Amino acid sequence: MTTEVNNIGTSLDFFVIVSIALFVIGAFGVLTRKNMIVLLMCIELMLNSVNLLLVTFSKYHGAADAQIFVFFIVVVAAAEATVGLSILIMAYRNRKSIDIELFNKLKD
Amino acid sequence: MGQDILLLTLIALPLVGFILTGFLGKYISKRFTVTIATLAVFSSFICALLLFNMNVKTQIVHLFNVVNFEDFKLSANFQLDALSIWMTLIITGVGTLIHVFSIGYMSHDEGIYKFFAYLNLFIFSMLLLVLGSNYFILFFGWEGVGICSYLLIGFHYSDIEKGIENSVAARKAFIMNRIGDFGLLFALFMLLNTFGTLEYAGIAAKINELKLSGLALPLVAISAITICLFIAATGKSAQIPLFTWLPDAMAGPTPVSALIHAATMVTAGIYLIVRSNFLFELAPFTKDIILYIGLATSLIAAFIAMRQSDIKKVLAYSTVSQLGLMFVALGMGAYTVALFHVTTHAFFKALLFLGSGSVIHAMSDEQDIRKMGGLAKKIPITHLTFLIGTLAISGFPFLSGFYSKDEILAHALMESPVLYGTLMIAVTLTAIYMFRLYFLVFHGKFRGGNELESHIHESGISMTFPLIVLAILSVFGGLLNLPGIFLQNQAHWFSHYLESTTAGLNEIDMHHLESNKAIILMVVASFIALGVMAWAYFNYAKKGKLAKEDNELKGWEKASNAKLYIDEAYNLLFVKPLELISKIIYTYFDILILRNGIFTIAGLIEKTGNITRKWQSGFLSSYLFWMLLSIVGLITYYVIKIQFWNY
Repeated sequence: MTTEVNNIGTSLDFFVIVSIALFVIGAFGVLTRKNMIVLLMCIELMLNSVNLLLVTFSKYHGAADAQIFVFFIVVVAAAEATVGLSILIMAYRNRKSIDIELFNKLKD
Repeated sequence: MGQDILLLTLIALPLVGFILTGFLGKYISKRFTVTIATLAVFSSFICALLLFNMNVKTQIVHLFNVVNFEDFKLSANFQLDALSIWMTLIITGVGTLIHVFSIGYMSHDEGIYKFFAYLNLFIFSMLLLVLGSNYFILFFGWEGVGICSYLLIGFHYSDIEKGIENSVAARKAFIMNRIGDFGLLFALFMLLNTFGTLEYAGIAAKINELKLSGLALPLVAISAITICLFIAATGKSAQIPLFTWLPDAMAGPTPVSALIHAATMVTAGIYLIVRSNFLFELAPFTKDIILYIGLATSLIAAFIAMRQSDIKKVLAYSTVSQLGLMFVALGMGAYTVALFHVTTHAFFKALLFLGSGSVIHAMSDEQDIRKMGGLAKKIPITHLTFLIGTLAISGFPFLSGFYSKDEILAHALMESPVLYGTLMIAVTLTAIYMFRLYFLVFHGKFRGGNELESHIHESGISMTFPLIVLAILSVFGGLLNLPGIFLQNQAHWFSHYLESTTAGLNEIDMHHLESNKAIILMVVASFIALGVMAWAYFNYAKKGKLAKEDNELKGWEKASNAKLYIDEAYNLLFVKPLELISKIIYTYFDILILRNGIFTIAGLIEKTGNITRKWQSGFLSSYLFWMLLSIVGLITYYVIKIQFWNY
C-alpha cells in the first residue's frame, strides 16, 4: 500500500493501523478478561474498529454507501448491547457474579 | 335377487358376525352374542341353498382390483360354480350345526364371545378360500383359516393345567402349516411366472390355447407347480410328512376339532387339488406322488389310531387316515370321488367329533377311554348318533361312508389289484379302531369311579340337535352319488353335477364299473365291515377286554400307542440339528463377530470421544481463541495461496 496524501487529509495507513490496533486490543480483551462487562466492551471495540475501517475506505473512494452502512451497524450494535446487558443481568441474578469462568455449565 | 349380490351377502355375513361378536361381545349378553354368530352362519347357509337352487353356470363376480397394472392384475374375484357352491354348502351347513352345538358345549366358558367371533372369522376365511376365482384370494383364505385354527387350538391358553400344552399345540399347528404355505406361495410365484395370471379360468384358457396351437406345454414348470401345490395340501390336509400337527390340534375345544380339523379346513388341500385339476392332469408324476403319499398316510394313521387311549386322538388319526384315502382318489384322477368322500366324511366325522364332545361333556372333561364304559344307557341320544357315525365311517352297508369308500376302492381296483388290497387293509383298520372305540366307550362297565358316574348326564337340546341332523345326513348322504347298479339313469348324480359346471372336470372320463364287479366289491366291503363289527363286539363287549395301560403294551401295540415315534424322529431329524446350528451360530457369529465387533467399534468411539472432549473446556475465552486462531490460519492459507502459488 503506497503512502499518498488524498482527500482524507492524512495517510490511509494511519487509519488502517489504528483500526487494526483497536481490533487487536478488543480481541485480546475478549480472550483474557474475565469480567463480562469488560468482555462486552471489548466486543464493541472490535465492532467499532471495523466501522472505522469502513468509514475510512468510504471516504478514500469517495462513495457514501459504506458510511450509511455504518449507521445501520451502530443501530444494530445498540440493540445488541441491550440484549447483551440484559443477558448479563440475568446471569448475575443466577450466580451473584459476572465472572465468565463460572459460566461453564455447558461442558457437562 | 341377483346372483352376485347373493354371493357377496353370503361371504359378508360371517364377517359382519365376526365384527359384531368380536367387538361388542364383551358388552352384550352371552345369549345375544351366540345368537348373532349362529344366525350369521345360518343366513349364509340359506344364501348358499338359494344359489344352489338357481343351478348357475360358471360365473365370475368381480369385486375390486387389488393390484392393477397394465399387464398384471390381482383381483378380488369370486367364482360361482358347482364346486364352490358345493363346498360352501358343506362349510356353512356343517358350520351352522357346529355353532348350535357350541352354544351348549361352551356355555360355561367366560370367553364364549371370543370363541364365536373366531368361529365366524373362520367361516369367512373358508368361504374366501373356496369362493375365490383365483389363487390370490385362495391364498388369503388359506392364511385366514390357518390363523383361526391357531387361535382356536390355543383357545384355552390360560388354563392352569393344560394352558402351556394347548399353546404349544397351537404353535405346532401353525408352524407345520407355514411349511405348507411356503409351498403354496412358491406355486403362486411359478404360476405367475409361467402363465402371467392367477385366475383359474385364465390359466385353463392359456393351457387350452397352447394345446390348440400345437406348441409345447411348459411341462417341467407345471410339474414343479403341482408339487408345490401338493406340499401346500400336505400341510393343510395333514398328510405325510406334515401330519403330526393334527392329532396335537385336538387340544382345542371339541367343536373346533369337529369344524376345522375334521369337516372343513383339512379338506382345503383336497379342494386346492380338485380346483387345479387341469394342472394335475398334465403332471402324471405328481399324481403318482399324491397317490403313494395318500396311501402311506392312510395306512400309518390307521395303524396309530389302533392303540390310542384318548377319544379325540383316535378320531384325529382317523381323520388323517380318511384324508389319505381322499388323496389316493385324487392321485388316481378321481376328483369327484374325492369330493364325494369329503362330503360324507364331513357329515360322519363332524358327527363323531360332536358325539365325542358330548361324551367329554358328560364325563366332566375326561377324555381317556380307559375311564369310560357303559355309557350307552346313560346318554342314549349321543350313543345312538355315535353308533351311526361309527357304522358310516366303517363302511356299513348303505350308509354314506359305504358308498364313498366303495367308489374309491372301485377306482383303485381298476388301477391295480395291489392298490386295492392295500386300501382294503386301511379300510379294515378303520373299522377295527372305530368299533374298538365305540365298544370301549359305550359298552361294558363304567371304569371312572362312582364320583364321576353320578355326574353323567345327557347333553342339552342345543348339543343333541346337531347330532341328530348329522346322523340323518350320515345315513342318507350316500344317496347323492348312487352307483349305477341302483339307479340306471340318475346314477352318479353328484359326479355329473360337479363335472357339468366345473371347468376342467368335464375332460375327465368317468369310469363305470360293470355291475357284476360292482356288486362283488360291495359285498366284500360289507362283509369286512360286518365281520369287524362282530369281532369287536365279541372281544370288547362280550369278553370285556379292556384297553391296556400304557406300560402293559408290547410290540406293535407299543409302537402304535407311541405314534410310531414320528414326533421323536422329527425331533431328532429337524429340531435337534436346528438347535445345534443355532448354538454354533450363536457362539461363533453372534458372540464372536457381532457382539465383539460392535463392542470394539463402540470402544473406539468412546476413546476418540475421551480425547476430543478435552477441547470442550467450558471457558469462553478458549473457544474464542481457537476461533481466532483458525480464522487467522485460514486467512494465512489463502494469502499464501494467492501470493506465492498464484492461483
